[in-house]
Amino acid sequence: MSTRIAAHGRLIDRAKSVGFTFNGKPMRGYAGDTLASALLAGDQMVMGRSYKYHRPRGAVASGAEEPNALMGLGEGAKFEPNQRATTTELFEGLTARSQNHWPGLEFDVGAVNGRLSRFLPAGFYYKMFIHPRAFWKHVYEPVIRQAAGLGRVPGGRDADTYEHFHCFTDVLVIGGGVAGLQAARSAAASGASVLVLEQSAHWGGRAPVDGGTVDGAGADDFVRETVAELEAMPNVTLRNRCMGAGVYDHGYALGYERLTDHAPRAGGPRHRLWRIRARRIVTATGAIERPLAFAGNDVPGVMLASAMRDYLVNWAVAPGRRVIVATNNDDAYRTAITLKTSGIDVLRILDARSSGGGALMQEARALGIRIDCGRAIGRVSGGKRVRSVAVCAQEGTGGALEEVECDAVAMSGGWSPVVHLWSHCGGKLIWDEARAHFRPDPERPPRGADGEGFVIPAGAANGELALNGILGDADEAGKTAARGAGFKPARSKAPRGETVEEAPLQPVWLMPRHADAHLRAKAWLDYQNDVKVSDVRLAAQEGYHSVEHTKRYTTLGMATDQGKLSNINGLATLADAIGSEIPQVGTTTFRPPYTPISMGAIAGEARGAIFQPVRRTPMHGWHEANGADWEPVGQWRRPYTYLRDGESQHDAVMREVRNTRQAVGLLDASTLGKLLVKGPDAGRFLDMLYTNMMSTLKPGKCRYGLMCSENGFLIDDGVVARIDEHTFLCHTTTGGAERIHAHMEEWLQTEWWDWQVHVANLTEQFAQVAVVGPDARKLLERLGGMDLSAGAMAFMEWRDGRIAEFDARVYRISFSGELSFEVAVPASQGLAFWEALMDAGREFGVMPYGTEALHVMRAEKGFIMIGDETDGTVIPQDLGLGWAISKKKEDYLGKRAQARPHMTDPTRWKLVGLETVDGAVLPDGAYALAEGVNANGQRNVQGRVTSTYMSPTLGRGIAMGLVLNGPDRMGEVLEFPGTDGKTYQARIVDQVFYDKDGEKQNV
Amino acid sequence: MKRYSAFAVAREALRNHKGWGRAWAAPEPKRHYDVIIVGAGGHGLATAYYLGRNFGITNVAVLEKGWLGGGNTGRNTTIIRSNYLQDPSAAIYEKARSLYETLSQDLNYNVMYSPRGVMMLAQTQAEVRGYRRTAHANALQGVQTEWISPARVKELVPIINIDGPRYPVLGALWQARGGTARHDAVAWGYARACSAMGMHIIQQCEVTGIRRENGRVAGVDTTRGAIACDKLGLVVAGHSGVLAEMAGFRLPIESVALQALVSEPIKPCMDVVVMANTVHGYMSQSDKGEMVIGGGADGFNNYTQRGSFHHVEETVRALVETFPMISRLKMLRQWGGIVDMTGDRSPILSKTPLEGCFINCGWGTGGFKSIPGSGWGMAELMATGESALTRAFGLERFREGRFIDESVAAGVAH
Repeated sequence: MSTRIAAHGRLIDRAKSVGFTFNGKPMRGYAGDTLASALLAGDQMVMGRSYKYHRPRGAVASGAEEPNALMGLGEGAKFEPNQRATTTELFEGLTARSQNHWPGLEFDVGAVNGRLSRFLPAGFYYKMFIHPRAFWKHVYEPVIRQAAGLGRVPGGRDADTYEHFHCFTDVLVIGGGVAGLQAARSAAASGASVLVLEQSAHWGGRAPVDGGTVDGAGADDFVRETVAELEAMPNVTLRNRCMGAGVYDHGYALGYERLTDHAPRAGGPRHRLWRIRARRIVTATGAIERPLAFAGNDVPGVMLASAMRDYLVNWAVAPGRRVIVATNNDDAYRTAITLKTSGIDVLRILDARSSGGGALMQEARALGIRIDCGRAIGRVSGGKRVRSVAVCAQEGTGGALEEVECDAVAMSGGWSPVVHLWSHCGGKLIWDEARAHFRPDPERPPRGADGEGFVIPAGAANGELALNGILGDADEAGKTAARGAGFKPARSKAPRGETVEEAPLQPVWLMPRHADAHLRAKAWLDYQNDVKVSDVRLAAQEGYHSVEHTKRYTTLGMATDQGKLSNINGLATLADAIGSEIPQVGTTTFRPPYTPISMGAIAGEARGAIFQPVRRTPMHGWHEANGADWEPVGQWRRPYTYLRDGESQHDAVMREVRNTRQAVGLLDASTLGKLLVKGPDAGRFLDMLYTNMMSTLKPGKCRYGLMCSENGFLIDDGVVARIDEHTFLCHTTTGGAERIHAHMEEWLQTEWWDWQVHVANLTEQFAQVAVVGPDARKLLERLGGMDLSAGAMAFMEWRDGRIAEFDARVYRISFSGELSFEVAVPASQGLAFWEALMDAGREFGVMPYGTEALHVMRAEKGFIMIGDETDGTVIPQDLGLGWAISKKKEDYLGKRAQARPHMTDPTRWKLVGLETVDGAVLPDGAYALAEGVNANGQRNVQGRVTSTYMSPTLGRGIAMGLVLNGPDRMGEVLEFPGTDGKTYQARIVDQVFYDKDGEKQNV
Repeated sequence: MKRYSAFAVAREALRNHKGWGRAWAAPEPKRHYDVIIVGAGGHGLATAYYLGRNFGITNVAVLEKGWLGGGNTGRNTTIIRSNYLQDPSAAIYEKARSLYETLSQDLNYNVMYSPRGVMMLAQTQAEVRGYRRTAHANALQGVQTEWISPARVKELVPIINIDGPRYPVLGALWQARGGTARHDAVAWGYARACSAMGMHIIQQCEVTGIRRENGRVAGVDTTRGAIACDKLGLVVAGHSGVLAEMAGFRLPIESVALQALVSEPIKPCMDVVVMANTVHGYMSQSDKGEMVIGGGADGFNNYTQRGSFHHVEETVRALVETFPMISRLKMLRQWGGIVDMTGDRSPILSKTPLEGCFINCGWGTGGFKSIPGSGWGMAELMATGESALTRAFGLERFREGRFIDESVAAGVAH
């Protein structure tokens, strides 16, 4: 019987009753309870089912290491699976459901797996389900998937919000137990800024439960005073419910703060992710008790001795009335003593050590507890709760000496320091033979840029398990951290902890030591994943000797607790099975996070519409109000077309093209990259970046330029305007602005660092409007201002001036083949300028046009588009752009690459126009067939479609494509199979479909 | 070697599984082998396996400095697909995919190839065009893919958000016979089959030097002594540059950490693999129930096998937006693998300047899915000096400019 007792309960408030439901059943606990303690207080021993065998399981631990008591919490859009009941604070109205069973927790059909367990040993699925082949996808896998998994799937969009904090600190202390608090105090005394994170809601860690005095006062008092002292210091920040989740390179660390999980009605973000830069990190993360591997060690009611002590002292819960304690060390005696003094029967302490323990054993004996040394648990009997224990000799094979009826078992296999955060960034471990655990190797810490270790372990996390040792070690760690962060530690002495003389631990990796096969097959190592001693031994027998092989073959340590309870026992079992030593076997890799953290917290605020910033041109709102059908282009959105009532996307595009060709159209070209390149070496620099000669360009003139990668491939194009002797303005594609800016900076910073050139990205400083069409000049003249006549400003020239009341820089360039002016005005004047153009243009029938009309018009004119005609494998020479490659220059980026044999191969695919025989539109991306197949059995091809559109101007489909020897094959008809089952026939033609002589743009 | 089957498991169950022998032997190295493969990852083991199976060459040693399958074979997100654009890529990845179909039966080891379908979302017009082009190319390459509508995307993946305010789903390239496999099992299955043919898999044996005689390879120095060979295959992924230096040549390779993470396990909720390149993330659900998530590579070269947090954040952010329900799942574990990237992001399977020495590397982010095809082609190259599968992937392509670039989806627009 598991019940609330009258004594103890330091964390609960018995005056405040709290109602919650478990699997729909109303239950009550107290404020301060965890879900696990409240369930135990209500005699709810079974809290879930295991992963593989669906065995009934109860809480085995009381904290973050709990593998069994996982729950689905909440409802609807606030439901979350796989939450540990041991770290869930109880609140009014909490709804919890146990997991991984059908139809229910008490009776679960899946439990048949347990009965069949001998047929389902480690890795059984690698040896089975091989035939027939189709069965894996259609039969075996679906069944296995359904049986596996743990929690229920959350539904829909998360109703909660999350946020990120950024924080810099001299010293980060992870862990708010006595070690963390003392380390913080000694570090803070130096004047260093200190941030202390504690994962639970309470300061002090285990010390107040374990007892013992500090400088003569109780541990609770020491904790209270130290916290008060730290809170009063301006250079110290304390955060509880905030777990140190990960340590990364260069002192980067993550904190995971759970703000409202315990108070869901409080409002505000649910979790907060702290992104911390610390000069030094102190890991005061404590230690975790190890279970003992004996048959039936997973029956509900078998619990870590420390956890049972926690439930008694913190929450006044006794998980049983008649308890047996099994141990290989002195610490478990504390549990026996606490049980006994709380009025619980302790039937036996089975101490695996033949000579027993030290002072604590004397104390227990004095309380009248029977202590059997050299004894072990042979087997625990019971289904959903402990019924009895078979006692045997530790050095034997498990022959029962007696059967003792009981209802709970407390076990202790020793303690393992929590070394996760030390290890995340490469800290190494050494094996401590005396304490039988891995602890941080002071010689091999994770090192920062200065070559010094930046993580300093403290207290139990450093292998110090006794109170006085913990305090001394932590005091020193705090000082070391302060010194490392550049501060001078204060001269002070560590507080003195009470010392209790303890007898040495005796490693016990299997109980009893020579347990037979039947017992080994019931001795669990990894509870959640159902990995037993027999499984690890089978892996070893089959040659999976690397600890990583064993882990992956058996799934040991791969559950949601990531092996916090199972790793050391598992690798000790492996070492024993292969006749090796534990340090030689080593550990698996510790990876962040320490315990799982929510994806919501990782994503933070960046959700929905603000998932990524939307970049808006000054005219964005106008477009939105006037029917823009948006297309994402990088982080910008551009109108694909402007839809009128009842109009289809296609019709709108056709209308916009026609209107621009016949009257006048406006394009918001503000998103085009505008990079200012300035300095005495600007011309020389651009000569290297572009294939063209830019240094000879005269101020007032524009030139269309091509940029290639070092490998010779065309990466961007655009118009370059020379502003003055030392200044150029380079236009890039919309998607290329940031990339090309970075490209320029990379070359300037790494290769030509001594050239006098600066680059500034002015993209957002200007609003730019393309005024395009036969009436373009008339429209601009109607606004009045600068002289835009052909005589004043020829094609490919630019001028500064004023149009109406706007400061304007006008480029006479064309990407459509029409008379065209691109007008840049300061961004702040963009919208007004656009509206002025729309107003003045009414009489000319002006219409805005979107990106698709832009594409159609440039294709009609035979202009290439980066990303359509280029794909990272195309060189300018393929596109008939040889004229834009300077023959006079000694060098430019890509020149050498373009001289390589494959680049000069005469059989490269080259740009041509394509015209379907029947006027239809060629499918985008279709390939032109050639005869036969290649050596790999693939159809031979001789070209492909790069751009294809319905041309309203020509009234037929037009396309461009790259075709083998294309320019030499004018008039030939090629076959393009579509994915729609049809084959399209298209003739090779000149790529310029519209105004071949350029008369329209030159008027 | 004892054959694996349900019957064998049942028989062993009745005697406490005492009868299972080692999956692969642990022999002492001989003084000479016909072929030495350096690197017992998926690619190295598959190379050895097909040398034996297809060419009868079984006097082979596979040397491994750590534990077999411990590099990228055991660190990837297990996606298998062959919907590549360029002919040479489509050929070798499709060869691999088709071998995966029957790998469990070929190896008598269940590698759990699950052809559940791979979906690559198009979320920009540039991607739409890129994937339509790929669908056209695939049809002629014998790779079965199709372009599907947003409605079909939603039908196949009910948990997806296709109307996101930022990047709505415009369609997807769908390869119904792409999928996943159990990555460790691929390495173990090949290792067991190699061992059964009498090949030696030697773990904890680091190559420290490469011996040359008269301009051709003569053997290797290792931490377990010198071992002679007639032919040498270097198949060590991220550390290829180190081995190439020992052999006296240089490689156009950069090594960076690629990151992945898994959630806690939940009941089945997604039956296919989804890749979202615009927002940079991909996700599938393992048979165990974890959501397996991959993202970008760190922007700096390193060998640490751990990644920075920033890429995890970027990836998770994208996936929370694409699959809103994962906001309430938790990240269980993040890790990194070192990927070896070439200039064109395509692999190198090649002869080298050192006669008798061959190299297979540069798989970048595509390594796992290609293992059987890579091994098949590499074995043919090493055995016969020529392979149609590997011809385009020679080292000389960098000198000639004959790149195999798959990055069409990275197009930009005006």
